[in-house]
Amino acid sequence: MIPIPRSGGIRRRALGVAAAGVVLATAVAACSSGNSSGSSNGSNGAAKATAADVEAALQKKSTITVWAWAPQVKDIVAAFEKQYPNVTVNLVNAGTATDEYTKLQNAIKAGSGVPDVAQIEYYALPQFSLTKSIANLDDIGLGDLKSDYAQAVWEAVSPGGTAQALPQDTGPMALFYNKKIFDKYGLTVPKTWDEFLADAKKLHAANPSAYLTNDAGDPGFVTSMAWDAGGQPFKVDGTKVTINLQDSGTQKFTALWNQLIQGGLLSPISSWSDQWYAGLANGTIASLVTGAWMPGNLESGVAAGKGDWRVAPMPVWTAGAPAATAENGGSANAVMKASKNQLAAAGFLKYMNNGAGADLFAKEGGFPSKNSVLTSADFVGQAPEYFGGQKINEVLSASASSVLPGWSYLPFQVYANSIFPDTVGKAYANKSDLDTALKAWQDALSSYGQQQGFTVSAG
Amino acid sequence: MVATDRASVVKAGRTSPAGHTRRAHPVASQRSIRRPRASVTLHVAMTLMLIYALLPLFWLVVNASKTQDALFTTFGLWFGGKFALFSNVHDTLTYDHGVYLRWLANTLLYVVAGAGGATFLATMGGYGLAKYNFLGRRAVFAVVLGAVAVPGTALAVPTFLLFSRLGLTNTPLAIIIPSLLSPFGLYLIWAYARDSVPDELLEAARIDGAGELRTFFTISLRLLSPGVITVLLFTVVATWNNYFLPLIMLNQPKWYPLTVGLNQWNAQSSTVGGQAIYNLVITGSLLTVIPIVAAFLVMQRYWQSGLAAGSVKQ
Repeated sequence: MIPIPRSGGIRRRALGVAAAGVVLATAVAACSSGNSSGSSNGSNGAAKATAADVEAALQKKSTITVWAWAPQVKDIVAAFEKQYPNVTVNLVNAGTATDEYTKLQNAIKAGSGVPDVAQIEYYALPQFSLTKSIANLDDIGLGDLKSDYAQAVWEAVSPGGTAQALPQDTGPMALFYNKKIFDKYGLTVPKTWDEFLADAKKLHAANPSAYLTNDAGDPGFVTSMAWDAGGQPFKVDGTKVTINLQDSGTQKFTALWNQLIQGGLLSPISSWSDQWYAGLANGTIASLVTGAWMPGNLESGVAAGKGDWRVAPMPVWTAGAPAATAENGGSANAVMKASKNQLAAAGFLKYMNNGAGADLFAKEGGFPSKNSVLTSADFVGQAPEYFGGQKINEVLSASASSVLPGWSYLPFQVYANSIFPDTVGKAYANKSDLDTALKAWQDALSSYGQQQGFTVSAG
Repeated sequence: MVATDRASVVKAGRTSPAGHTRRAHPVASQRSIRRPRASVTLHVAMTLMLIYALLPLFWLVVNASKTQDALFTTFGLWFGGKFALFSNVHDTLTYDHGVYLRWLANTLLYVVAGAGGATFLATMGGYGLAKYNFLGRRAVFAVVLGAVAVPGTALAVPTFLLFSRLGLTNTPLAIIIPSLLSPFGLYLIWAYARDSVPDELLEAARIDGAGELRTFFTISLRLLSPGVITVLLFTVVATWNNYFLPLIMLNQPKWYPLTVGLNQWNAQSSTVGGQAIYNLVITGSLLTVIPIVAAFLVMQRYWQSGLAAGSVKQ
């Protein structure tokens, strides 16, 4: 396990995402070292709670605060409060992703204003786990839910081997493509990455302003693609961290992507920008390799593309190989250690991500994580008009069940992603070698990890 | 940005009827000395500046009239698609149970209490430093001058820690109290009071038996009003546009000002399952700048005379 002073150091730099956060964390670390970590362990100390304790807590009068940005949570809270009228849920959207993490870290260090439950993406969980800010599921009566989820998903909420959050949405990857554009230029839906490359060349040659896909250098995408290709560049065992962005899986990905980057075959537009939405709407970005949560965003952000889009399984690396996919994005929810009402919080968490809330989440356009929802006839049978009546969830659920196990993120992945543009991002801009750039990223991460007290090796 | 705003305001002032008549006389009689012939280069340069300053505003107006779809499918600098300005305004004001109006009310609260209070304190303080001799005056003044050099953004984080200790984060006070400080405003009033409130006048008032407070409120404040208006404009703009402080102080959307709230709407489009509402973000931004533009137009006369204070020895 990590000595506590070290973990303070890690968090300090992980916060460096927001420039001012660095100053903040340093200062807070200094002034809060007085109140020992013992007091922040919550009221119910070492005793492990059972499912019955959780159920009992839900019958008592209490108020819990939940930080989440997923839009479905609002209705889930309403349904929960109806079923458990004694528990009042104060739902707060404290910002999306890194905005929320910064606020969460600030609140944890300031020792006040920490919510009872917080939404945290899978890649950021290790950071909160390392600083012991989130409760172990075992301690709060939720330890027995493992069998409800795919192995890779459970691994994602178990940094260091201990489950500390319940999965909400997942992002098994698939290929979203604009059929109208594919038909217009005579592109075949790629089954392998070689075909994907051929399509990219064909489309861009036929129309120089159109691209098969966009990528301006996105750490989440690169790591997911390395995962998809069988790579395991990060391995974590306590304070021992292995970083090897030259492993064979990662190189399989870079061999493909180098050709796309150096051939100028990628639209240099960042995802989620307004240009991106424009490109998806006007057909200059013809497909997306992304997580299964994408449909809702297409429907709301690219309403003009209604009827044009379809979903295909992820291309494979060798023709005829069995499907193997990866996760891209997705969030879990965790009960915070600083919560004074961990059991009621656990009860809400279970309702939201494992109980009736999970169905509601899927019904409102979220991509679920729980096996029983993923395979339910209701879910698989959906045939949204936006996708021309295609039963897209058949494809996406299949992807969910073929996610490769064994992946882990770095304990300082939020920081790692924040420095990605300085190294790998440049390779995209200069159309230079991705391997060299990944090596530079690896070096930066290794020396950073060493500074923070990890033992970093290249495997 | 501030520089260009100012340039456009000054420019607008020149062409406004009020500005014109006030200047007409001296310009006509002393043209040869005071003002060189109109220069073509200057005109071209100023026109470019004007376009530069107005283009974003033009973009805002054009795009506030588009639907979410048309935003991405039509040319950005001209109208296109259905004219949806009014439905956008309606949607902006009613989206998420009218949370925009709540943010507007919050912003007004922060501006009235924060900027109003800051102006009041700066006026009293600046006047006091300019017109009274007391022990430590120079020290106080040095501290204020030093504070002018520290950007508010740099103080936001220490302020957060302080307020967190006091249990004031997540309350309106966390925004209002830091906004009450305006070292620059105090300095401006000091400079203005030194030149525009004659000591003789104060002595006369004292001899006639007026107390210091009465003198301040009935005589000095009136003489100071151009300076006060200038400080008020500065602090109103600063509070209205304040982003970083509320961002770190507040977690609860119900206390957000417009700046932070609009950014939350903007982030929604990059949220899984979130509804992309760029059209409302743009319309909301347009509605947000209107009060500031109005404040400038109404108070620009004072703004100009205030800025010029102390620049010429009379």
